[in-house]
Amino acid sequence: MKKLVAAAIAAGLGLAISATAASAQATLAQVKQRGMLNCGSNTGLAGFGVPDAQGTWKGLDVDYCRAIAAAIFNDASKVKFIPLSAKDRFTALQSGEIDVLVRNSTWTMTRDASLGLLFTGINYYDGQGFMVRKKLGVNSALQLSGASVCTQQGTTTELNLADYFRANNLKYEVVAFATSDETVKAYDSGRCDAFTTDASGLYAERLKLTNPDEHIVLPEIISKEPLGPSVRNNDPQWFNLVKWVGFAMLNAEELGVTKANLDAQLKSENPEVKRLLGTEGKFGEQIGLTPDWAARIVKLVGNYGESFEANVGQGSLLKIARGQNALWTKGGLQYAPPVR
Amino acid sequence: MTDATLENAPYSFVRKDTLPQEAPPLSVAGPLAWIRTNLFSSPLSSILTLIGIYLVIDTVPDMIRFYLIDAVWTGSNRDACLADKVGRPVGACWAYVADRVQYFIYGSYSVSERWRVNIVFAMFALGVVWLLWNRAPLKKVGVFFFFVILPASAFILLLGGDRAEGFLRFLILATFALAVVYLVLSFKPSLIKFWIGEGQLGVEEAMPPWQRFYRPKRLILIAMVVFGLLAVLDEKVGLPRVDTGLWGGVMVTLLISAVGIVFSLPLGVLLALGRRSRLPAIQLLSVIFIEFVRGVPLITVLFMANTMLPLFVPQEWSPDRLLRPLIGVAVFAAAYMAEVVRGGLQAIPKGQYEGAMSLGLGYWQMMRLIILPQALRIVIPGIVNTFIGLFKDTTLVAIVGIFDFLRTIEATLVDPTWATPTTRGTGYAFAAIFYFLCCWGMSRYSVAVEKRLAAGQKR
Repeated sequence: MKKLVAAAIAAGLGLAISATAASAQATLAQVKQRGMLNCGSNTGLAGFGVPDAQGTWKGLDVDYCRAIAAAIFNDASKVKFIPLSAKDRFTALQSGEIDVLVRNSTWTMTRDASLGLLFTGINYYDGQGFMVRKKLGVNSALQLSGASVCTQQGTTTELNLADYFRANNLKYEVVAFATSDETVKAYDSGRCDAFTTDASGLYAERLKLTNPDEHIVLPEIISKEPLGPSVRNNDPQWFNLVKWVGFAMLNAEELGVTKANLDAQLKSENPEVKRLLGTEGKFGEQIGLTPDWAARIVKLVGNYGESFEANVGQGSLLKIARGQNALWTKGGLQYAPPVR
Repeated sequence: MTDATLENAPYSFVRKDTLPQEAPPLSVAGPLAWIRTNLFSSPLSSILTLIGIYLVIDTVPDMIRFYLIDAVWTGSNRDACLADKVGRPVGACWAYVADRVQYFIYGSYSVSERWRVNIVFAMFALGVVWLLWNRAPLKKVGVFFFFVILPASAFILLLGGDRAEGFLRFLILATFALAVVYLVLSFKPSLIKFWIGEGQLGVEEAMPPWQRFYRPKRLILIAMVVFGLLAVLDEKVGLPRVDTGLWGGVMVTLLISAVGIVFSLPLGVLLALGRRSRLPAIQLLSVIFIEFVRGVPLITVLFMANTMLPLFVPQEWSPDRLLRPLIGVAVFAAAYMAEVVRGGLQAIPKGQYEGAMSLGLGYWQMMRLIILPQALRIVIPGIVNTFIGLFKDTTLVAIVGIFDFLRTIEATLVDPTWATPTTRGTGYAFAAIFYFLCCWGMSRYSVAVEKRLAAGQKR
């Protein structure tokens, strides 16, 4: 019986491997043939992927998917968003159900090395932060000694918190809750002095408080949560394509190419702009696209800064500061290699 | 000789007129008595009553204040529901529901194509009323409409695109072929003598040609009209494909539960009969199916279908992401339904089977005419119970990334546009109202059916 089961499993795995091997041939060709990009997305996260009143998905991650579709099809709407829970997101990518996963997933060594997938870059530098009441008069997390901190149970958040306070020799009291809603409620009702979770989440949760204006997010980020898109590790061309879509958006911002001034920029004499927008050279063809691939992205989606401000920055209700997500030229970490 | 009547009784102490009737004492009639017998009949019930009253006083006014008096009814974004901005305590934020109700109904279905969903909703409502309203005419046409026309039209209208167009073309061709067949038969009914037999043939031949076979012809006519209208719609307005990934909201909840309910009952009856069958192969297969499906959690099957299936099946063959849970839910409900129906079958005394057999009825006739009508009537509460369970279980599909009604509400809760302290309470209250109305409607209807069918043996 055991042998039979083992044989069945082996046969199944063989099938699975041959199936993935078949799909390994060319993700880009498959996407083109399907006429639609299958993009694994969040089931709903403020600023990163949320349906609006018409049911259209909006957000920073969503824009990344739309940018890929824009580069391939010259049509940002040719994306099928497949909402995935945290549990089945990587399985969906491995099984070929989705072509690319852009779902606020943290880039870690284990995920890169052993899950059969590759992160293509970082589209948002997140990290754990703190929110406190303004009237507490605290400007830095280092002044939180002796504070009680609300957090969610059994998450890395709780561990990071312990590490940080121990490293800085601060006393603190953890008040942990099972769900994030309970945690926010407890903080709102004054059960604890500070509330901690990922910074992007802090801004979203702040809006749910009774008086959002009475609370501030402290500048310290105590953990590294680099969020980025990932693809299967068996298709270098597709990996490059997804990676360079992100770089194109960053380069466009750096060079000052925006949705609004794109037509003027297409006539620009700046060699860097010319290479990016495809008025000189055929750089897009190296990743299986047309020379005007980056121009399509900017025209239909916008550059990184535009997408950031509209979805999570000043143009949105979250009003997250650029911080680490500013361009390297402005003191942030967002840096893209040149197109040449 | 005297008559001993009151009139001529010689004694003055004999009362000659009857007393007027007194009102019953307060302790046995009137509101006070009602309260005493129903609410305070014993120390225990007095305590329970007091606790009940306390709970009602404690919660109901707060709920009314939160959901009605302090509620915000109009507004276009979160500012309308923030106590700071409005300057008064704010309860439920119904403005948020009003703003997002389209999304709750249609999900991400393309805005310009939502009229198609509305047509399907209307057809569904028509079919439901036709079948469920006892005095509706032409029940058999209604059954045909609900089980053949409606699913086909819903598929064509909701999905659209090439595949739907091809299917519509096939349907129209098939309908025309049938129409031609019956046209020929109308003039030469003797062609299908082998099928309908001598007696029926005589009946048909006695009628003028246009009245022969009027029952099937009626159905074909309806199908021609409906599919013809769809073809006109497709031709004039166009039915572009709306991918199932965009479907959501009430539409998906109703779709999954309708498919589950419609498929589970017949499938369940067959499985129940199979399990009681004397043919070993059929019995074994039914038992294995029922026990296996009942032994695995629905979530496991959904996960399996949506994350494991693509590993084994090549991409172009793998079924649609919405179809997989549809099948999963239907199969699940069928297994539970089979056990409910089997309970009914077991309650039928052996005499009924023997009586049916002694009348010369075959197996299927016996089941259809004698056993199942009685068995199903007994298990109506169980059947409706399964339906209601199934309806609520549809929320589980959210786990595999399908946006049913509850999931659409949850998705809007994270949206900063409506992030307020009361949005969550409002959204879930709205979901509760919707699910309660649906389930309560089903249970009320089943009570009515039970009463009607069990008129002979009331308890």
